[in-house]
Amino acid sequence: MSLNVSNLTVHHGAICAVSQVSIAVPTGKLAAIIGANGAGKTTLLRTLSGLKTPTNGSIMWKGEKIAGIKPEALVRRGISHVSEGKSVIPELTVRENLELGAIWRRNAKESKESIDQVVSIFPRLGERLQQRADTLSGGERQMLAIGRAIMSKPQLLLLDEPSLGLAPLVIEQIFQTIRDLTTSMNLTVLLVEQNAMGALKIADLGIVLNLGKVVAMNHAQVLIDDPAVRAAYLGY
Amino acid sequence: MQKILETFLIGLSTGSIYALMSIALVLVWRSTRVVNFAQAGQAMLSTYIGFEIATRTEIFWLGLLFAIAAGALLGAGVDYFFMRVLFKHAVSGPAAVVAPVIATLGLLGLIRSIVGLIWGGEFKSIKAPASTDGFTIGEKTIPFSPLNLLIIVTVFVILISLAIIFQRTNLGLSLRASAYAPEIAQLAGIKTARTRTIGWAIAGGVGGVAGMLVTSSNFLSPYSLDLLLVFGFIAAVIGGLESMVGSVVGALILGIALTFILNYVGTSLVFIGGFVVLIVVLLVKPDGIMAKGRARRA
Ligand SMILES: Nc1ncnc2c1ncn2[C@@H]1O[C@H](COP(=O)(O)OP(=O)(O)OP(=O)(O)O)[C@@H](O)[C@H]1O
Ligand SMILES: [Mg+2]
Repeated sequence: MSLNVSNLTVHHGAICAVSQVSIAVPTGKLAAIIGANGAGKTTLLRTLSGLKTPTNGSIMWKGEKIAGIKPEALVRRGISHVSEGKSVIPELTVRENLELGAIWRRNAKESKESIDQVVSIFPRLGERLQQRADTLSGGERQMLAIGRAIMSKPQLLLLDEPSLGLAPLVIEQIFQTIRDLTTSMNLTVLLVEQNAMGALKIADLGIVLNLGKVVAMNHAQVLIDDPAVRAAYLGY
Repeated sequence: MQKILETFLIGLSTGSIYALMSIALVLVWRSTRVVNFAQAGQAMLSTYIGFEIATRTEIFWLGLLFAIAAGALLGAGVDYFFMRVLFKHAVSGPAAVVAPVIATLGLLGLIRSIVGLIWGGEFKSIKAPASTDGFTIGEKTIPFSPLNLLIIVTVFVILISLAIIFQRTNLGLSLRASAYAPEIAQLAGIKTARTRTIGWAIAGGVGGVAGMLVTSSNFLSPYSLDLLLVFGFIAAVIGGLESMVGSVVGALILGIALTFILNYVGTSLVFIGGFVVLIVVLLVKPDGIMAKGRARRA
């Protein structure tokens, strides 16, 4: 098992946002995490990337305990987090935002190669490398955020609502790209989504959170077919 | 016509020194959200150190190097020993906003006392690295001197170096990313606390240069850089407080405007003049001259 979370509990002050969560995601698999607003999805991802320290429980990544390690150290161990909402730096150019993702590798040549790779995945970014990131559309920003994560050569990719505020057609493209990247780069991906159906469709695993607890975890297709999940999260 | 040109050139020389001070303030503000009043003290102490070296060796430039080094160490020290500790203890609420500013004021006082103890309160002066007598063109001697020219050139060299560091190096990218979006920077693997301390060091070094250049045509005392702090701050606000380019433009505008006031209106109105320029700019462009119509950051 590549990512193994057991009994993870995380608090924001007195609020318990994640409670006794245990999940396991094998290498190369894409897990969709769905659940209502406030279910604790963002908190879970922030804890996995080191932005937040858990109150209890353990996180095993590639056989090592990583709970409580700082994000700048975890990115060096292959964990890349695209956080919710504003995940590009508007004051920087597209190229600088991308370079940022590879900055810890301290290798200008590899950084250039990674930019070429990102541009081949998202050609629209290639045309806009010298533009400031605040001139990009919402979809392009999301591509840039994912591109920056790829620049750091991740093995575990944590994506927090990449479809936020995007048009349906663009969402479909982004989801397809995430699926393709998972397979082609053999990534382990946690995809947090409000767009539950879309996420489950491309995922291998589905995890449903409610009030900080895991209420369902199964093959994505099983969850799609589950009447209770359908009623509560897929809306039909 | 010629007087206008002379005034303009001297204003440029004055403004270029303001530019350094204002960059020092902007660098700290945008990374730490603190208006660093202690910058006047840091620059002053650095200048006293530069003064000692320059006087003993009779090499101004060696003094300048020491002032830069001292300024950088002081800047890093203020961040490391004061700001880090403060931010650890006052995380939110009004205390978190006010405490650091009060701390910088306290530091200013502290540095002043230390300097007073070591060097006393009397005025010192540094031998200027170039003549302060104006250039002679044909028969006429103009007020613009080789020292003024040297100041402009020195500042220009420093600004170019800063531009290269900030725009062309990984350190610069780290500094900007950490200032604009610390969380994204951290997720990209940048050690943001350390990067911030480096930013303070750069600010401190730049402040040291400002102190030395002002002092090269003026006296040095425990209070002699206070006005520089005020004008540097006004220039930074004119530039929108966030942008280094803005603060340089703001400083040049301010330097030129004040020199015109000095030459055409009178000495007594220079200080007030700084605030008039500030108010006029803020009335026309409330977010500073570099603002593009809307707030640059949330
Ligand atoms: N910084 C914070 N301080 C205090 N409480 C917080 C903080 N962040 C989140 N919470 C609380 O923790 C709980 C989980 O929040 P979280 O952001 O993880 O949910 P989410 O599933 O990502 O929701 P959404 O779908 O709206 O993004 C909520 O009750 C929220 O109010
Ligand atoms: Mg969320």
